[in-house]
Amino acid sequence: MMKSVVIIGGGVAGCKAAVELASIGYRVTVVEKECSLGGNLNNWDRLFPDGKRASCLVDALVSDVEKRGVTVLTNVEPEKVELIDDCYNILLSDKGLLKADAVLITTGFTTFNAQRKEEYGYGIYRNVITSVDLENIFAANLLSREIGCVGMVHCVGSRDEKCGNMYCSKVCCITAVKQAIELKQMLPNAEIFCFYMDMRMFGPGYEELYREAQEQYGIKFVRGRVSEASEDSEGRVAIKVEDTLVGRPMRMKLDRLVLMVGMEPSPGTNRLAKLFGVEMRESGFIRGVDPHMGANITNVDGVFVAGAATSPMNTTDTINDACAAVLQIDKYLRK
Amino acid sequence: MFTFTSPNYEPFVWPFSIGMSALLVYITIKYIKWIYEFDKANRVKILKGLFSLGTLRSVKEIFLESLVHRKIYRENPMLGYMHMCFGLGWALLIIVGHLESSIYQASWANTPYYSIFFYYFLPAGADYWGHEVFGFLMDLILLMILSGLFIAWGKRWYSRIVGMKKTTKQRPYDRLVKGVLWSIFPLRFLAESMQSAITGHGSFLTHSTGEFFASFLPVETLSYPLWWAYSLSLGIFFLLIPGSRYMHIPTEMVYIFLKNWGVKLDVKLGPNGELKGLSKFEIYSCSRCGICLNQCQLLSSLNNQSTQPVYFLRKVREDVERGNDINNCLMCGRCEEMCPVDIDLNALRMMQRQDHSVVTDETYSYITTNKEYSGCAKVAYFAGCMGHLTPGVIASMRKIFNKAGVEYHFVDEGGGVCCGRPLRLSGNRAAADVLMQKNSDRIVATGAEILVTSCPICYKSFKEEYALPIKVMHHTEYINMLMDCGALNIRKGKERLVFHNPCELGRGCNVVEAPLRVLDGAGEIVATEFDGRASLCCGGSLANTVISPIERGRIAADALSRYTCSDPDCVVTACPLCKKNFAKVNQPVPIRDIAEVVAERC
Repeated sequence: MMKSVVIIGGGVAGCKAAVELASIGYRVTVVEKECSLGGNLNNWDRLFPDGKRASCLVDALVSDVEKRGVTVLTNVEPEKVELIDDCYNILLSDKGLLKADAVLITTGFTTFNAQRKEEYGYGIYRNVITSVDLENIFAANLLSREIGCVGMVHCVGSRDEKCGNMYCSKVCCITAVKQAIELKQMLPNAEIFCFYMDMRMFGPGYEELYREAQEQYGIKFVRGRVSEASEDSEGRVAIKVEDTLVGRPMRMKLDRLVLMVGMEPSPGTNRLAKLFGVEMRESGFIRGVDPHMGANITNVDGVFVAGAATSPMNTTDTINDACAAVLQIDKYLRK
Repeated sequence: MFTFTSPNYEPFVWPFSIGMSALLVYITIKYIKWIYEFDKANRVKILKGLFSLGTLRSVKEIFLESLVHRKIYRENPMLGYMHMCFGLGWALLIIVGHLESSIYQASWANTPYYSIFFYYFLPAGADYWGHEVFGFLMDLILLMILSGLFIAWGKRWYSRIVGMKKTTKQRPYDRLVKGVLWSIFPLRFLAESMQSAITGHGSFLTHSTGEFFASFLPVETLSYPLWWAYSLSLGIFFLLIPGSRYMHIPTEMVYIFLKNWGVKLDVKLGPNGELKGLSKFEIYSCSRCGICLNQCQLLSSLNNQSTQPVYFLRKVREDVERGNDINNCLMCGRCEEMCPVDIDLNALRMMQRQDHSVVTDETYSYITTNKEYSGCAKVAYFAGCMGHLTPGVIASMRKIFNKAGVEYHFVDEGGGVCCGRPLRLSGNRAAADVLMQKNSDRIVATGAEILVTSCPICYKSFKEEYALPIKVMHHTEYINMLMDCGALNIRKGKERLVFHNPCELGRGCNVVEAPLRVLDGAGEIVATEFDGRASLCCGGSLANTVISPIERGRIAADALSRYTCSDPDCVVTACPLCKKNFAKVNQPVPIRDIAEVVAERC
C-alpha cells in the first residue's frame, strides 16, 4: 500500500517537499492554516538576487503541487496527535482525521514584531515602516514620489540580546541591499542610508549586488546602530546613530525609516513542536538531531522538519532543504 | 548568692549557669565594641533615644516581631506559628516560670537557675498561691513549644507545609547547634515528667506522662540524670551561640532598640573595607530563616542559590569571598519587604559595591547647563533615558498634558542628562554625584514647580538623592492628581487590566494607590497575587550587572506568566524599562504603560 506523508505548512518548503514526495510515489497531504499556499512569499514583491517576482515562484510551486495530485487542505490546523501502530493520527481543527506514516513540519518563520523594539517608534510614528511594509508598498505601487531621504536599519530583532534574539536572520542584509536599489531605481534623487552592524553577504551574487548598490546607485552604508528615533512636527523621523567607522555620533532627519525585521519561529512552529514533542533550540526554532548529518531529522521518530522552521533561511536554501528532507523521509519509509 | 548546702542547689545547675554567664559576657563586650564604632551622630541618638517613646515602641516591636513573629504569620500562618512557638513559647516559659518560683519563694531575687529548674527544687506537696493554674500554664506553654518543634522537624522533610519552596542550606555547625536547641525542650519535658511522677507537680501534660512512665520505668533513678541532661543542653547551647546563627536571638532585640532610637546605617565601610556600626547588628540579626529565598526571582527563575541575603549575609559575617554575589542582585527589594527582622538588605549589599569612578574636573565637562528656559510653564516633564526608548509613553504624556490643558516644559526633549541612578547602583557613587549636580542645575533652571517623570528609576533618584526645591511626581501620581481635580476625564472601558507595579515605584517609593485609582477609571482591574508591594521584578533591573540578557528574558517570562494567568486583556506597567524588558517575551498579551492606557481613553 502507498505510504502517506502529511506536511504541515504550505509555504515554500512545504510545497516543494510535497511535489518531490509525490513524484517518488508517496501519498501526500499538505495542511495549511491560511486560505492559500505560498506562506510568507505571499507577502513579498520581488526576490533577491535576481529580482524575480515572488508571485511567479508561488505560482510555479502551486501548479506543480496540483499536477502531482497532492491533497491540499487549507484553513485547518492540527489539533491533536496520537501515534497508533507506527501511524500518526492527526486530528484537524475541522474535525477531519489524517493518518500519516511520516510527518514533515514546514511551519516556517514569522517576521519580528517591530513594536517590540519601541525605540524605533514603529506603530507610533507615521513614517517608520518595516521591510515587509515596503514590499507591500512596492507590490501595490504606492511609493510616494516625495521621498527625499530614507534610512534602513539592519538587524531589527536579530543579533540583539536586548530583545532576546541572539541569532542572525541571514536575509535582512541582502534584502536591505535589494530594497535600497529598488528605492533608488524608483526615486533616483533620494538619498539612502543603510545602518548596519556588519554586512553578511553570504549567497552567490550577494556581494556583487552590495558593490553595485554602492558604486552604481550611491547608496550609503553606515556602520552603526540607530539608538533612538523621534518625530518632528512635520512627521519626519529624527534619528540618533553613531558612525562607528568614523567614531562620531550623528543625528539626521529622514522621510522614511525602514526597519529590516528579522525572522522568528512562527507561532505554528512553536505549537507543533510542542504537539509532537519535538526539541527546540533556545531561540524557539526546531533542532535537528545533528547539525550536519541530521538537520532534517527530529528527536521524534517519523517526524521531520525543513525550511525556516529550523533556522532563518533564504528561499534558495529553503527549497534545497525541502529536497534534503524528502530524501530523509524516503529513507525512513523504506525501512 | 547561694550556699552549697541550700536545698535550692544541685551541681547540675552549673552547666546552665556557666553557659549563660559566658554568653552574657560575650555579647556585652561585642555590643559595646560595635556601638563604640558608631559615628558621633548615632551615639547621640542612642543617648537621646534611651528615654523616648522609641524605647516603648521597641518593647512592643520585640513582643510582636521577635516573639510573636507577626511578619512571618503574614507570609504563612503555619510558619508564623512555628516561629512563635519558639520565640513566644520560650519567653513565656522563662517569664511564667520566674513568676511561679518568685511567688513560691515570696521573693523576686531568685538565682536564674532556680526558676529554670524550679520543679526539681519544689518539694512534694508544696502549696502556694495559684500552683494549679501555674502547673497548667507551664504545661500548656511546653506543649506549644513541642508542637512548634514537631512542625520544625516536619519542615526539614517537607518544607511546603509551611509554604516554603526552599529552605536554607545551613552549615554543619549551625545544624549541630540546632540539634542541641531541639534537644532542650524534649529533655525538659522528660525531666519534668519523671519529676512529676515523684513529687506530684505538673499538670495535664507532664503529670500524665510522668504517671505513664512510672508504670514501666524506674523514674526515681532516671529523673536526676535527665535534669543534668537538660542543664547540659542549655549550657552547651549558650556556649555555642556566638558562632552560630542563633546570635540573632539577643542581637535582634538590641537592633530593634537601636532602630527605634533612630540610629542610621553607616554606609561608609571601615579602612579595610569591613562593615561597621549598625550594619554589624543587622548582619548578626539575620536568623537565616530563609524567607528571602522564597522571594528571590534569581532563585525561582535562574536557580541561583548563593546570592540571597540569607547566604550573602552569612558570607559577610564570616568574611569569606562574596565574589559576584555583591553585584548579582536585582535590588528589587522583594526580600527586604518580607524580611521578618527588617534588615536593610539592599543597603548592606549596595555599600559593598566598589566605586570604580575617577572624578576629575574633566568628568562630564561636555554636559553644559541648558539655555535658561524663558517660558512660564509650571510643570517640567522629564522622560528620562529609558523614557526616550519608549516613544509611545512620551507621545501619551504629550497628549495627556494637552488634554488637561497643562502648559509644560519638556526638559530632556532634545536629549537629557542621566539621573545618575544606574551609576550609583553599580557602585560608582562619585561619578553619579557629578551627573546629579549637572542634572539638578538643569531642572532647577526651568523654574518649574512640579517635576513629572515617566521613569520610576529617575523618580526614586530625584526624590531620595536630589535635594530639589520642586515637587517631584511620577506620571502615575500626576495623572491621578489631574483626574482627581477634574482636569482630565477618561472613558472607562471593559478591558480586564493587570497592573504590574515596578519595583522602584511600589516598593521603592511606596506609590501603590495612585496607579490603581487611575486604572480603576480606565477598565476593570484584575487582582493578582503579585500586586502592589508584592510585585515581581521584570528582570530588567539596572542593579544587576552579572546576569545575561537571556537570563533577564527568563525572569521576564516567568514574571509575565504569573501576571497573565488570569488571562487579562492587557498587562499595564508604569516603567519604560519594565515595558521594554517584558517586550522581550514573545507572548500575546500586550504590555502597555499606564500613560498609554490613559491617553487612549482621554
